[in-house]
Amino acid sequence: MAEDKSLNLLDPFTAIDLGIADWADGIKDWASANRDTIQPAKRAINDIIVGIDDIFQAIPPVVMILIIALLAWQLAGRRVGVIVVVALVALGLLDPRAWSLAMTTLAIVLSSVFVCMVIGLPLGILTAKSERLQTLLRPVLDTMQTIPAFVYLVPVVMLVGIGNVSGIIVTVIFALPPLIRLTALGIQQVDGNVVEAARAFGASPRQIMLKVELPLALPTIMAGVNQTIMLALSMVVIASMIAVKGLGNEVLRAMGRLDAGMAIVGGLGIVILAVVLDRISQGVAQTGRERGHRHWWEAGPVGVVLRAMRGPKAATQIAARSSAQAGKLQDITGPDKNEKGVNT
Amino acid sequence: MEAICEDNLDKDEVRERFGCVIGVKDVSFSVAEGEIFCIMGLSGSGKSTLIRHVNRLIEPTAGKVLIEGIDINGLNAAALRELRASRIGMVFQNMALMPHRTVRDNVAFALEVRGADRAGRRAVADRAINDVELGGWEDRYPDELSGGMQQRVGLARAIAADPHILLMDEPFSALDPLIRRQLQTQFMRLAAELRKTTLFITHDLDEAIRIGDRIAVMKDGVLIQTGTPEQIVTEPADDYVAEFVSGISKLHLVTAARIMEPLAKWEAKNGPYRADGALSAAPDATLDRLAELSIETDEPLAIKADGRVLGIVTKKALIRGIQGRSVEEAEV
Ligand SMILES: Nc1ncnc2c1ncn2[C@@H]1O[C@H](COP(=O)(O)OP(=O)(O)OP(=O)(O)O)[C@@H](O)[C@H]1O
Ligand SMILES: [Mg+2]
Repeated sequence: MAEDKSLNLLDPFTAIDLGIADWADGIKDWASANRDTIQPAKRAINDIIVGIDDIFQAIPPVVMILIIALLAWQLAGRRVGVIVVVALVALGLLDPRAWSLAMTTLAIVLSSVFVCMVIGLPLGILTAKSERLQTLLRPVLDTMQTIPAFVYLVPVVMLVGIGNVSGIIVTVIFALPPLIRLTALGIQQVDGNVVEAARAFGASPRQIMLKVELPLALPTIMAGVNQTIMLALSMVVIASMIAVKGLGNEVLRAMGRLDAGMAIVGGLGIVILAVVLDRISQGVAQTGRERGHRHWWEAGPVGVVLRAMRGPKAATQIAARSSAQAGKLQDITGPDKNEKGVNT
Repeated sequence: MEAICEDNLDKDEVRERFGCVIGVKDVSFSVAEGEIFCIMGLSGSGKSTLIRHVNRLIEPTAGKVLIEGIDINGLNAAALRELRASRIGMVFQNMALMPHRTVRDNVAFALEVRGADRAGRRAVADRAINDVELGGWEDRYPDELSGGMQQRVGLARAIAADPHILLMDEPFSALDPLIRRQLQTQFMRLAAELRKTTLFITHDLDEAIRIGDRIAVMKDGVLIQTGTPEQIVTEPADDYVAEFVSGISKLHLVTAARIMEPLAKWEAKNGPYRADGALSAAPDATLDRLAELSIETDEPLAIKADGRVLGIVTKKALIRGIQGRSVEEAEV
């Protein structure tokens, strides 16, 4: 290759070809050679995603809204529950087809986030513990975050073809890094003195992880999950280029036809889904104590049901106690009086 | 390592020659069962490093730690965890409570780690919480407690599993003087009740004297002197210790036996002693007690044991004693 172009010292790069592009092309040959193993795996995963989608489609929208709202109330508080209802009703009113499209997108996004968590949480924990892995992983994560999605879109399609599975793969590549980073950060930020205390009282490494490090890192880890959800949602338009259906596909088609109305329906749908998922996942990151109750079962719909089951007398006591405890977060000396008041 | 021991290098020389820091070097002592052994030293003298060797939070480069005759450096991981959970309780300078657990769950941690059942854990934890007078706070979280209360939770956590040994790394240093005194009193009451073998670290000599049966003074990772509070105060091994103890009130520490002039010596100077009329005290009476007596009379005090006069304390000797000097030393 150096014959036809002489090496110019001031501009050496035109003359040198390391064949990186050719090497990347080799993926295609490898994929077609291994077609028999890749395709069945792909079909199985695709069936799962389609199954989730089918379930979401089968649930009547009003029931679905109710389920999501109750979940939001339990996990993130009443306020978020109300926001979720309003947002989802607005989503349904956007367009007669919007609900169904949104459920397809939800199925894809939740599957991607699930895969991200399965890969990201253990990897984040390992990264927190191993300096070596961290230095090894950092450039990889940087690359995943900065490389334009179109670059890996093509090789992924070459490997597994178009469809939901490649959609999830490209989404995971894009959405995974913050979860790994924030999981590692959360664990590294746990107060070393507290970990030492746990060690001094005989906790094994596993117990330290489960009883101390993970609970204390949870808010940071949930911030990572939240970021991952948001990034996964922002990938739906790009994923629709490789035949993933849902709201993203709507936007893509609208772009092709210059149909502003259609684009707005798709776009707003994605935004509303983002708001709903963001609020719920942020609420989970908050501990119950920040919202003024002691245990998760004292709040939300579960709390209401439990209180009703224990009878009206117990219900008022629990309610009074949790309000006294909420007050105590500001004032340590106050609630003693309140509690006595409850008992008499 | 060998070079450090052979050439007997000190901390600065080692840092220059090897680029590493001596944490603790050439420290040997033993603590008897039920004894409260105080380790004293300024910041950075290696106290925390030393105490962390006792439960192997830090592995020694060389040397041995024996607990009840067993070399703990020979234990495998599981045995070491069992030792930590059941036989050693530790209290930390910075409390190190677990912020996501209630007071009760903090206190019950060692039992939980050992797999004790819920009801048993609860009973034991509540008893320990009552021992430190925190009854009624079981379901609160550490950040709802004051510093003094948090450290009491730390203490409860250390004694909950009923360990034989307590390791206390400057437990009261972060507290204000009043609360500190209160907690010292509470701790001494508990210690008298529970009789645990205790390694107590402090940089406060007053605290060491109040609490300790014996005191060891550390500097730059080396033990300088070990002895009873009275020995440390009256016979400091070097200038460093002397400097340390100079501000300490001797009133409650030094006894008559130490400042009295033996009878024979006194008679040689002043002629025969007539005991009638003079007030007397036992050899182990403190200077404070002698001062009380001395106010009542103009005569020298007689120090008697079993009805026999052992020695004489003049007013001059008493005042010199309170100053921390002997009569001879002052007159030279
Ligand atoms: N992780 C570490 N790595 C290197 N050197 C350390 C480390 N921890 C402590 N040291 C050194 O060991 C020496 C003793 O420290 P140590 O914490 O035992 O002091 P200390 O007597 O407990 O002080 P303090 O009263 O401030 O708690 C110090 O000179 C310190 O620089
Ligand atoms: Mg220390």
